[in-house]
Amino acid sequence: MKGGAADGRPPVIRLSGVTKNFRTPSGDAYTALRDVNMEVRAGEFCAIVGPTGCGKSTTLALVSGLEPVSEGDIDVLGSANPKPGARVGYVFQSDAVFPWKSVLDNVAAGPRYRGARDAEAKARARDWVERVGLRGFERYYPHQLSGGMRKRVALAQSLITEPEILLMDEPFSALDVQTRSLMEDELLAIWSSTSASVLFVTHDLEEAIALADRVFVFSAGPGTIKGNYVVDLPRPRNVSEIRFEPRFARIYQEIWSDLRDEVLVSYERAKRAH
Amino acid sequence: MQALRVGLGVALLGGWELASRLGVIDPFFWGRPSGVAERIYIWSTQGTAQGPLWQQVAVTLEETVIGFLIGVALGIVAGIVLGRNRLLSEILAPYIKALNSIPRVVLGPLFIVSLGLGMPSKVALAVVMVFFVVFFNAFQGAREAERNLIANARILGASPRQVTTEVIVPSAMSWIIASLHTSFGFALVGAVVGEFLGSTQGLGLVIATAQNTFNVNGVFASIFILAAVALVAEAVITAIENRLIRWRPNALVDVAI
Repeated sequence: MKGGAADGRPPVIRLSGVTKNFRTPSGDAYTALRDVNMEVRAGEFCAIVGPTGCGKSTTLALVSGLEPVSEGDIDVLGSANPKPGARVGYVFQSDAVFPWKSVLDNVAAGPRYRGARDAEAKARARDWVERVGLRGFERYYPHQLSGGMRKRVALAQSLITEPEILLMDEPFSALDVQTRSLMEDELLAIWSSTSASVLFVTHDLEEAIALADRVFVFSAGPGTIKGNYVVDLPRPRNVSEIRFEPRFARIYQEIWSDLRDEVLVSYERAKRAH
Repeated sequence: MQALRVGLGVALLGGWELASRLGVIDPFFWGRPSGVAERIYIWSTQGTAQGPLWQQVAVTLEETVIGFLIGVALGIVAGIVLGRNRLLSEILAPYIKALNSIPRVVLGPLFIVSLGLGMPSKVALAVVMVFFVVFFNAFQGAREAERNLIANARILGASPRQVTTEVIVPSAMSWIIASLHTSFGFALVGAVVGEFLGSTQGLGLVIATAQNTFNVNGVFASIFILAAVALVAEAVITAIENRLIRWRPNALVDVAI
């Protein structure tokens, strides 16, 4: 079982003074993140919560190496210049499984890109398809599956590459409530059998507390870190039951008082923009 | 439904036949279905002035298919390469626009002069007819490949080449396949127009000969044969399409049209 806080273990992700600017199509500069400092330790499950447009997803893009940082320093698994395709997995918010590949071929994609032979990649994929509970669906195409099943494919597709860091961008936000807590439990079960660190973006504070060892609260854009809370709930957890624990409610209240202001700021801005 | 369809066809042909028999329209200029049928029968039993009918069909079909295949291959390669390479596509954009603005058939005389009366000139015309249609679709398809899928492939360890073959090409495939229906028709136009302009064989020559001898029934007969060829090709392409994109929801395309 994993400890609540992973103190003492080396950090696998470190952002210091990181700022990210984008150029909008009209040519203006737009600051998505400003002066972000954060650390994720080996084996730690961290969640990022914040209002819409606070740069949560941008943070994941920087860590994965899909986007370069504009200012500041980043260190991911000892690399100051992370490149996609190394030791970081990414489960995207919208469906990013390949619609023209069967379930098995989707899961086998990672090993094949990394040079595994076809037979070997398929054997490993079969194993992972089973681990995420999709046995019997190997030959199905994504459009023939439900939203929850597609998420399982995405999870297996990512985990088969044995990432040391798993980035997840609101992976379950499109699912119905029942499927969602089922998937959350399964994610925790699978995660506990790996040694991966997780950085999990969500706008749902309950989900963040139920899953994570630590929760970062981002402020309304430009995003910066407003708070950093340790969730010292015991593991293994059952996400649908842990919500009723008194300690859960206390942590929720503590974080929510911080988050509420940011949500209000973001809401007011959205109203003014209309 | 089926009965109504057949009924409409019978009414159209019957009306045509009747109108020409009653002298409402002049059969010398507008032909008549029985004459067309007779013409097809004579051609298929005694051959055309250019030789056996099947040989004319085979020649035109061969030009069309070769031109179609070359045009599609070039169109896909050029579309994907330019779709992936923004700099190159921006450099070439004005030239492509200029070339595309030329009505393709006017290149026919050029090809006849440079490549002769034989098959190569017709194939070349069919190729240019097909190329741009496929090229623009492949280009657009490559451009519109979902960014999420590209990002996912990169995260999973795909090299730039693998991103092209594993994400860009399959994404563009539905666009490309959609263009195949139109482009086969264009290939047929290229081959037939090429034969009009100068040839020793082929359905285009049969039409030109019939036209020169004021044989309207002969012109109509060739048109019906061409239409039959095009319909068969369309069915073949639809079958290929359903095979290639069976991953897509409702992959069975409605072919009622």
